Amino acid sequence: MSTVRHPWLHTAAGIAVLAVLLFPIYWMVNASLQPNGATVDTSWLPLSPDLSGYRTALADQGANLVTSLVVAVGSVALSLLIAVPAAYALAQFRLRWAGPVLFGILISQMIPGIVIANALYGAYADLGLLNSIPGLILADSTAGIPFAILICRAFMQSLPPAVVEAALVDGAGPVRAFVSVVLPISRNALITAGLFTFLFTWSDFLFALTLTTTEDVRPVTLGIYTYLGAYVNDWSAVMATAVLASVPAIVLLVVAQKYVAAGATGGAVK
Amino acid sequence: MTTTIRAASPALATAPPPARRPGARHRNRRLVTLLFLGPAVLYLLLFYGYPVVQNVVMGFQHYTISTFFTGEAPWAGLDNYREVVGSPLFRTALLNTVLFTVGSIAGQFVLGLAVAVFFRRRFPLSGFLRSLILLPWLIPLIAASAVWKWILDTESGALNRVLVGTGLVDTGVPWLSSTSLALVTVIAVNVWIGIPFNAVILHGGLQGIPDELYEAGALDGATRWRAFRHITWPMLRPVVTVVLVLGVVYTLKVLDIILGLTGGGPANATQTLATQSYQLSFATFDFGQGAAVSNILIVISLIFAAVYLRLNRRAVDE
Repeated sequence: MSTVRHPWLHTAAGIAVLAVLLFPIYWMVNASLQPNGATVDTSWLPLSPDLSGYRTALADQGANLVTSLVVAVGSVALSLLIAVPAAYALAQFRLRWAGPVLFGILISQMIPGIVIANALYGAYADLGLLNSIPGLILADSTAGIPFAILICRAFMQSLPPAVVEAALVDGAGPVRAFVSVVLPISRNALITAGLFTFLFTWSDFLFALTLTTTEDVRPVTLGIYTYLGAYVNDWSAVMATAVLASVPAIVLLVVAQKYVAAGATGGAVK
Repeated sequence: MTTTIRAASPALATAPPPARRPGARHRNRRLVTLLFLGPAVLYLLLFYGYPVVQNVVMGFQHYTISTFFTGEAPWAGLDNYREVVGSPLFRTALLNTVLFTVGSIAGQFVLGLAVAVFFRRRFPLSGFLRSLILLPWLIPLIAASAVWKWILDTESGALNRVLVGTGLVDTGVPWLSSTSLALVTVIAVNVWIGIPFNAVILHGGLQGIPDELYEAGALDGATRWRAFRHITWPMLRPVVTVVLVLGVVYTLKVLDIILGLTGGGPANATQTLATQSYQLSFATFDFGQGAAVSNILIVISLIFAAVYLRLNRRAVDE
């Protein structure tokens, strides 16, 4: 099953499949390098790359990219801070309520984001959290926190109790043992959880759309959407923004790939 | 919050500070649990529990833009549900939701499985090519929508230029602006977005099937299709369950792609329950009706998950 007779034929077929699947990504990059306003005949290859699309994109969306970055980093920090200790407690403390809490987390995955947005809009309006970075960080973490709890719990269940016991015998309290023993061992799981939280938050569109009403605080996803709302006459700027919005997620995942692979399988292997 | 400890973990049990009384130790443990688990439970109650309860309540209220000024949301009984379900738009949105979900899941799953099976074989560059499949999944959905909107543009989109250039069609196809095509187009784009997720998870499942099974099967004459039917499919079943349940639950609530590509149009041709709920709440500011639609969406999602998991358990038991 795993060896094939004509290996290079398979490689050719694989490249063909990928060429079809990845064409839109190629087209995004290609269109972003076309000169401004040349919408009628986008050339098939970026033979004379033109950066004016990126200049427009950065002028229009630069601040929005920074907003997205701040919100995403904030959400990663908040999600890990809340989720990791909870994952440890659920994995190792043998609580009577661990079952119901986990069930609640699973059910939460079935709640459509629009339900949360419907309710938060009113609450945020009362609390003055509309159009604010903390408001977006809190709302965006609805994706990261349950996910981080599930990922980290799966890993921490496989921690041998002896590791923590040793620290406790040495006189460390449970909190110290958690910080200085459990966290370093769980590095791969933490990186995986943090990475996906970043990915979720960075690409969040729903909360950006519903919980911001002005241009002061506007994530780049909403920036793209407002481009699309009107008649588009400068596709190179839209595509340049799409490229800029895609780069951080792709770079991060490529750089951290080895941790993710180890983090995702760690729970099963050990 | 009653997070009492039933039986302390070995870690905690073996580490009592020697001089303390049992009562103090118990209290201490409770405090530690509260410290570790409390913030997460509080967050989940505030950002999942409260919205669900609030949506149920709003569904029974006349909760409109004036509520934000007066603070009053009069009781509406079943008015919101009656109005929402009675409108002709609801039937369109419900049908579109079903078609969008079934079409997307079927397409993603079949193509994702094909890709996964293809990459189970080892050939030059297979690892590298496999890792590239993830790319479409990494770009934000709204960015993907923007790219597709440009590719599918009627006058100068790449797809129509190829079709017209090769003489397959005479004039550009209105992929997103025709009421009869828009839903199919949106489904196709969503299939493209879902292929990487399906392929990667199913590939992981395929890797877990030991080669010996295929070797033994081959001795009994089970190769190719029969091997797939009698070995791969039954062994893959648990992974298939996860992929399908997650896929349906996530597809039911998709908003980004539809809003980005068509905004629910043309003439509501791509309106689903999720987009309708969004528009009722945030375009017409009738939060009561928006909540009613989203509550219906939650119920559909829960019913599906319950039915599927039960059916599946029965099938496995037999």
